[in-house]
Amino acid sequence: MRQRLHWDPIACTGHGLCADLLPERIELDEWGYPVILGDVPPGLARHARRAVRACPALALRLQQADGDHGGRA
Amino acid sequence: MTGPQRDQGPPGWLRRRITHRRLTAGWQNATRPAGLREHYDRYGPLPPDRQQCPQALVDAVAAARLTGRGGAGFPTATKMRAVAERRGPAVLVANGVESEPASRKDQALLSRAPHLVLDGALLAARAVGADVIHVCLDQTRDQQAGIMLRAISERQRAGLGGVAMLAHGLPSRYVASEETAMIRWLNGGEAIPTTVPPRPFERGVGGRPTLVDNVETLAHVALIARYGPDWFGQVGDAGTPGTMLITVSGAVGYPGVYEIGAGSRLGDVLALCGGNGEDGAVLIGGYFGTWHATRDVACLPLSAPGLRDAGASPGAGVISALPAGRCGLAEAARILGFLAGQGARQCGPCMFGLPAVASDFAQLADGRPDGDVLKRLHRRLGAIGGRGACRHPDGAVRMAASALAAFAPDASAHAAGHPCVEAR
Amino acid sequence: MALWYATRAFGVVALMLLTATVILGIAGTARFAAPGLPRVVTAGLHRNLSLLVLALVALHVLTTIADGYAPIGFASAVVPFDSAYRGLWLGLGTVAFDMLLAVALTSLLRDRLSYRAWRYVHWLAYACWPVALWHSLGTGTDSKVPWLLAIDAVCVAGVAGAVWWRLSLAAPGRGRTAALTALAVLPMATGIFIYIGPLQPHWAERAGTPPVILHSRAVRAGGRK
Repeated sequence: MRQRLHWDPIACTGHGLCADLLPERIELDEWGYPVILGDVPPGLARHARRAVRACPALALRLQQADGDHGGRA
Repeated sequence: MTGPQRDQGPPGWLRRRITHRRLTAGWQNATRPAGLREHYDRYGPLPPDRQQCPQALVDAVAAARLTGRGGAGFPTATKMRAVAERRGPAVLVANGVESEPASRKDQALLSRAPHLVLDGALLAARAVGADVIHVCLDQTRDQQAGIMLRAISERQRAGLGGVAMLAHGLPSRYVASEETAMIRWLNGGEAIPTTVPPRPFERGVGGRPTLVDNVETLAHVALIARYGPDWFGQVGDAGTPGTMLITVSGAVGYPGVYEIGAGSRLGDVLALCGGNGEDGAVLIGGYFGTWHATRDVACLPLSAPGLRDAGASPGAGVISALPAGRCGLAEAARILGFLAGQGARQCGPCMFGLPAVASDFAQLADGRPDGDVLKRLHRRLGAIGGRGACRHPDGAVRMAASALAAFAPDASAHAAGHPCVEAR
Repeated sequence: MALWYATRAFGVVALMLLTATVILGIAGTARFAAPGLPRVVTAGLHRNLSLLVLALVALHVLTTIADGYAPIGFASAVVPFDSAYRGLWLGLGTVAFDMLLAVALTSLLRDRLSYRAWRYVHWLAYACWPVALWHSLGTGTDSKVPWLLAIDAVCVAGVAGAVWWRLSLAAPGRGRTAALTALAVLPMATGIFIYIGPLQPHWAERAGTPPVILHSRAVRAGGRK
């Protein structure tokens, strides 16, 4: 079951820990803000949850890919 | 300024074919806003309060297929239903802020027919169960505020009660007229957008379901309630019935606000305003719109479905004509610079990205590029859109990208260090 | 007697690790990263060290209470200025511990709090650290021992340096000016305090050590306080 990453552009202040912890799916643009590269397959779910917990601004969330709200992992 | 004088300008047959006097009835000779009596003489009385069936108005608006006139073009009845279905009292926000510099139609409407707008607001409020109407205006427009306050008190004296009406002056910034920005301001915060969810129809002003409508949309609602959806659809085209207010500016003989049938041919509209032929370029949709060579779009209808294939949208009915021989890149650079300074400064990609592309575009316009500016622009323009809380960066990026496409030969020349003479 | 040594040891180590925690926290606000020290490491270390500090302070408090030498009870652990032993200086330690608990609890429950609430409580850390230091200087019976003074100096230099660096990155304004003023005044005030306080004779008495302990210590140590 695939999950989708969402980031809150207002809360995000470009700390960049998410890209450190999930480089397979998150890159930083030239100003330090995240670019989500795709959905999270089951194999990366643990790393994705860790990235969500690590965000100092609580700006990252993980949801089910079919769109209903899963809240913060 | 609301239209050509009788003894000048384009042929009467053109005027008669595409302009109409529904919202703009009586504007030609108006020296002041229409008072309540004049308003009733012109349009008839307010339809009775059908409290037993607020659904009737929503059904009429749905049958008329009225779409929002604030730029997004969302079906008005759908929005009304979404709010009406929620429990508890709702709130109506009438958006008269019009922060788009190239648009004047809402200001014209509010200064000449405030009661049309307030009728529509009252009817819509009853239909969705709202017990308060917030009329949002730009705080720097004192005269407009005065007119609105006088109109509201005139209605109170006439006993047209039922729903409280409050007028507000919002800060004069580009993002202030965005839905969530107005709601945040009404809730005591800054006039800058918030993230959704929750959407306004779910939780808006004071946590209540909120219907936000442009003032022109509400004016159309007031007339649909009186004359019916069939009357509304007698003009306009099959896909987009009714009339719309447009603002035409730039290289035309008679700039100003016009009321045209939706879906009128763009070429006819430009001819109506004394445009000088098909050699120039046109910016359709305001500062968030798109640039096109006039001859490419002259035959297209001025409507959302009509312009979609050309990658354009009428927005709030804003058309700016660039004369042949003027540098479109310089104008685009100026607009982009303005938009870059108007962001809410909440989201990184917009806060840093827009000034970066504005600076690149300024270099391009001046013909003094720093490195491969076109490649950098294309990369950055692709990386900023969709990554903010609101559509501000998206609109700016779309405008800039369309300028690069419409003025591609100029762009290559500028990038090689050969700008147009007057770009300096 | 061993417990008294243990409590002092736990206290000093806790202070050193708290210094490291504060410096790492400041580095985080400045988005500091270096090859081999990515953001997740500074953030993770900051969090884990803070938990270690909590554990050490808990042990410091428990060994103090368990050691019956000084009249300090459980209440003094969370109620400030309640103790008969050096009331003010011990109380500062209680205050620091309370602040540390607040910071740690709000961080653990971050998900359920508003960002602003979490942030304002977390700023207590900037008060917690100097209060812990003054507690150590005022209560600690080793305050004038050279190697401990050296440790204190290094900690102060570390935090002051980190705050100075962080302020150099900040935009000018009232907040920055206030912080710079505090940065100039507090270390100086601390230095002056050390000189006129713990470094002077009879400090234990002036700090509020109960007479019975003073007397027994004098008897035991042959006059040395």
